[in-house]
Amino acid sequence: MLNNPMNEPSEHSRRKFLFKIALLVNGAVGVILAVPVLGYILGPVLKRNLSYNDWVPVGNLERFPPGETRLAQYRNPDGTPADGQTRNLPCWVRHIENNQFQIFAINCAHMGCPVHWFPQSKLFMCPCHGGVYYQNGARAAGPPPRGLYEYKYKIVGDQLIIWAGELPTSSTQASIANPGNSPCQG
Amino acid sequence: MPGLKQTGLDLYHWLDRRLGLAKPLIEAAEHPIPRSSASWWYVFGSAASVILVLQVMTGILLALVYTPTARDAWNSLNFLNHGLTLGWFLRALHGWGSDFMIAIVLIHMTQVFMFGAYKFPRELTWIVGVFLLLMTLGMAFTGQVLRFDQDAYWGVGIGASIMARVPWIGSQLVHLMLGGPIIGATTVSRFFTLHVFVIPGILIALVGVHVWMVLHLGINEWPMPGRLVRKSTYVQEYEAEVHKDGVPFVPDAAWADALFAAAILLTIMACALFFGPIGPSGPPDPTIIQTVPKPDLPFMWIYALFALMPPKLETPILLIAPIVAICIMLALPFYAGEGEKHWSRRPVAVLMVMVIAVSIAIFTQLASKSPWSPVMNAWSADAVQPEFIKGRTPLARRGAVVFQLMQCRNCHALDGVGGQRGPELNRVATRLTESQLINQVLQGGGNMPAYGSALSPQQTTALVSFLETLHGNERPAQDASQELTDSQPMQLLGGRE
Repeated sequence: MLNNPMNEPSEHSRRKFLFKIALLVNGAVGVILAVPVLGYILGPVLKRNLSYNDWVPVGNLERFPPGETRLAQYRNPDGTPADGQTRNLPCWVRHIENNQFQIFAINCAHMGCPVHWFPQSKLFMCPCHGGVYYQNGARAAGPPPRGLYEYKYKIVGDQLIIWAGELPTSSTQASIANPGNSPCQG
Repeated sequence: MPGLKQTGLDLYHWLDRRLGLAKPLIEAAEHPIPRSSASWWYVFGSAASVILVLQVMTGILLALVYTPTARDAWNSLNFLNHGLTLGWFLRALHGWGSDFMIAIVLIHMTQVFMFGAYKFPRELTWIVGVFLLLMTLGMAFTGQVLRFDQDAYWGVGIGASIMARVPWIGSQLVHLMLGGPIIGATTVSRFFTLHVFVIPGILIALVGVHVWMVLHLGINEWPMPGRLVRKSTYVQEYEAEVHKDGVPFVPDAAWADALFAAAILLTIMACALFFGPIGPSGPPDPTIIQTVPKPDLPFMWIYALFALMPPKLETPILLIAPIVAICIMLALPFYAGEGEKHWSRRPVAVLMVMVIAVSIAIFTQLASKSPWSPVMNAWSADAVQPEFIKGRTPLARRGAVVFQLMQCRNCHALDGVGGQRGPELNRVATRLTESQLINQVLQGGGNMPAYGSALSPQQTTALVSFLETLHGNERPAQDASQELTDSQPMQLLGGRE
């Protein structure tokens, strides 16, 4: 056996078996290790959609005169210290009248580019692929498949507060998030 | 001197006794290749590998200074550009190296396709090559995001918008891509990890496999019309050719590879020197919305497609077309693994390459002009030219003011100046009558918004009055029935008598 072990497979059977056991053990260890690794990688995915959102102020009511649409910004409720300026997000606030508002996402419903408001023609225009929206956010022209995304809002004292937390896209838009039993949803 | 030479040889033998690499390396370098393959057409693959080395080296040097957080990335790029000796040059080398990398990889792929080199037995070499192309494009996209400026910020937003359209798991994909709910620090560190660890690791491993297979299977011979690839005979034929009329790769073919690689490196250095680093543009502050985000050159054609696709087909095309395209590329060597290699006998292949190349060139050119986008400042920046005002009534002149004030100019050009989203209006009155103009302005249609709620009746009257003067030297359009009722009542009456 010592002289030519490779030619004696029958002598090997125990080691072969042990090798297979070792492979199995390693496979099992790999699976156990994969659980925390996948949990870590998929962390942002496994978090429930709404848990990112919160009520955040966009400014004093005086900043938004009736009949006008103004650019406002808020600090995103979820984030890290290293976010810097990317955590300050803009939105369009339309004060229709009598504290009736529409808060639009800055992101075009087509590809997320920042839409611009033109008060003279009462249109939002997107610089990327030519999406155009009316003052109420409805799609007017161009490739967007729908109107502008809207945030839910409420008024607390003299503050306008919106329900925000996620980059608005067709599957993570602010408007599908349910703010739950908020006291005075606008 | 002889003593020094002997010492050198001793050292070499000492090392090789322990490493054992000299023999296989020399054998690999001197492996015989077909004489016809020692050609300038066969230099692109090695050039791509040399650029990869340049990218890895410049990338490591940039990583000494670059800070991969949303808060500091832009500042660190500006510090590289302005605050550090030759930092701008290293950034320029890396940026231009990236553009050249993609160009050379595409040329290499086209050459391999045209020469039929993907056929038996090199199918897997081609498949690995397809993944190398995808990894290269992945490097370009993630690199564009790491240049974390305004374009990068909104570019990630476009990526997220595409991910969001995937049915059922759209929001999960968005969160996975962004590393959180918004574009922020976790997004930048994610793209940094992909760009610096994950994709380069895969890229280098695949390059190793790719080069190994080229050595193992031998380089493709120069295709001859009528010389068909058959699985049963190809290997013997190739071996026979290589042994009968082969030349060693080093030096007979390698000198061209080496010279071409040097020329490409010099060209990249020249571009870096003369054109400088690419960006960064404005800071990645989403509250600064005065921006027209555009992707880098390799992705411009896709940007154009987004604007030009029929909106209803957009989502299916976006989600399915890339998968279909990749599957076609992967399936190619199995579908056409045998037969003719020479381009003169493969008209469909030649036509495909030409159509794809011309299409991408056209879309890239269109994207650089983006005529589908409103020109955001045309209404305030491009005055109505004097010839459109001269001799007009006060009402029409008032209409010209409305035309500017209502941002019509953002989409409609006058004499070539202004937006190109809608038709140029120099001669609009020859196409539309007064009532059609009023209709079009108030109700929109044909991809134009309705202005009914934005215009007062007075403004509408003035605007239409101005538009009616836009007919050049031609006769303005008129409604036939209008003509009848306006000018021919007497004749009608007379006819009845």
